[in-house]
Amino acid sequence: MKITNYQLPITNYKFAMAALTSHPDEVKVVSRRFGQGATDIDRYLALDGYKATQKALAMGSDAVISEVKASNLRGRGGAGFPAGMKWSFVPKQSPKPKYVLCNGDESEPGTCKDRLIFEHDPHSVIEGVIIAGIAVGSHQGYIYLRGEYRYLIEIMEKAVADAYARGFLGKNIFGSGYDFECAVQTGAGAYEVGEESALMESLEGKRGIPRVRPPFPAVVGLYGGPTVINNAETLANVPHIILGGGEWYAGLGPPKNGGTRLFCLSGSVNKPGVYELPMGYNLRKMIDEVAGGIWNGRKLKAVQPGGSSVPVLTADEVDIAMDFDSVGKAGSMLGSGAVVIIDDSTCMVKYALRVMRFYQHESCGWCIPCREGTDWLKKTLVRFHSGGGVRRDIDNIQYLAENMLGRTFCPLGDAAAMPIISLVKKFRKEFEDHLEGKPCLYEDHSKIAQLPVLTAYDHRAADPWTHAH
Amino acid sequence: MTFSDQLEKRFAELATHYPIKRSALIPMLLYAQDEVGCVSDEVVHEIAVRLDLTDLEVRNVVSYYSMLHTKPIGKYNIQVCTNISCMLRGAESIFDHIRKRLGIGHKQDTPDGMFHLEEVECIGACCWAPAMQIDYVYHENLTPEKVDEVLEGLKKNL
Repeated sequence: MKITNYQLPITNYKFAMAALTSHPDEVKVVSRRFGQGATDIDRYLALDGYKATQKALAMGSDAVISEVKASNLRGRGGAGFPAGMKWSFVPKQSPKPKYVLCNGDESEPGTCKDRLIFEHDPHSVIEGVIIAGIAVGSHQGYIYLRGEYRYLIEIMEKAVADAYARGFLGKNIFGSGYDFECAVQTGAGAYEVGEESALMESLEGKRGIPRVRPPFPAVVGLYGGPTVINNAETLANVPHIILGGGEWYAGLGPPKNGGTRLFCLSGSVNKPGVYELPMGYNLRKMIDEVAGGIWNGRKLKAVQPGGSSVPVLTADEVDIAMDFDSVGKAGSMLGSGAVVIIDDSTCMVKYALRVMRFYQHESCGWCIPCREGTDWLKKTLVRFHSGGGVRRDIDNIQYLAENMLGRTFCPLGDAAAMPIISLVKKFRKEFEDHLEGKPCLYEDHSKIAQLPVLTAYDHRAADPWTHAH
Repeated sequence: MTFSDQLEKRFAELATHYPIKRSALIPMLLYAQDEVGCVSDEVVHEIAVRLDLTDLEVRNVVSYYSMLHTKPIGKYNIQVCTNISCMLRGAESIFDHIRKRLGIGHKQDTPDGMFHLEEVECIGACCWAPAMQIDYVYHENLTPEKVDEVLEGLKKNL
């Protein structure tokens, strides 16, 4: 029976723990308790744990919101919306219960930061949820983790149980008269559920399909009640802001981009890892120094500075400050803080195909531009990469992607379109190099997936020996 | 059908978390799958009855979530990430290596029922790529040698 497998995470625990990295330029705020045994509640208390919650209870709703507003904390999930402002949209009076949701469905390719927060500092997330609850007048929080993070669900469930046992959660927390309940929820494998309204659907036991907005979650959210939903890293920052003050936190980053960020440096570098750096840290320095430079003596070709859903930057465009506004000005987005670094041995057509395969797989199918657009783009890119492309395809790929932009219920359509548009624009020559049956310059040709019309539809399942790309 | 006491305890605990019964559906499906091996017709029906849903309503949800499967699979579920961060660090050759070693492809099982292989999307191990998960356990910074070691270890476990 499968039950024996279920025991595996316990017996093989060492396999589950993600390795920590460090660099002298790091400014540790969210990561300050990493590697210090803070999953243990007593250890957490010794490291200033739950002081922020008690302070927030004494401060009251308005003071908490203005402190978070002053901190310039912006959403760490990707959109970068000011957290304090989001909280202030929740109506004070509501006939329906209000909810706080922690979005731990971390699934954006390149992103692995929330995983470390749950693994090393679970109570900071709980504190963030309680404080958000105090701010908006909610008495129920949910912490939603992706299903693949099973060992983290166990860590979070233990942390919540420990907090209940001490009276930090439940009725009359810290003897303040304020009640706050909190539960951990697991997903079951869906990128789309990381979208705020789809997450609410999933938490209501349904398919994770986005809702039409307005009304926004702050007014009508989970179970129809006003709801605040924040990324796990955003919430884990909140206790530090309450203790250290909004002004201190804002001062760690450039104007309007408060604090630090967990940057996930991955891809073709010598020292990939999650590093906490101040907002506005130079991207080139991040690649060359923090991540130890490009591996195998290769050269930098491109970067996706905020996960797979943002426009790529070329090697000439990386001399920028990594904050929401500067990266926006450079024509990309800071996104989820996932910096994917691509070396010059990579075929950008293949890269585009891999990105599109992901979005085609994850599109929920609810709205047509995304469902059909991702599928057409994937098929076209499979054909193109295998040498079956014609010149018109290049403009057509761009045209299809541009027609998805802004035409879907949720940002998944944009997320799929933006990288593709930038890849066609910035690496057009590589697309042209694949024309007229010319073989890909980068790849072993026996491994290139063939025209979709020549193979079965699900090419991955069709032939176990032909690699499917 | 009956579940283990441990699972029943979990279900009872879950029921206390929400204002509506249905919210427990996705965790119940996943935890039941862990115990039974798949979301069988029996599991669908049992959970539907417990949550006052129709079997069809439950099936509609099952088909959406990629971790849920309705047919039994090999004992060890090997899920190799080939998304961008892993791809840039050689995930495809890792996937090929496992494929050749086990003689099976994407979403296939070894004839002895020991292994199920799947190429999956990002599993959140980007900074420790290439990576795979075997029944929720992460194996990271993979090389073909390390993969062999892990697979040998699993065989010895039996």
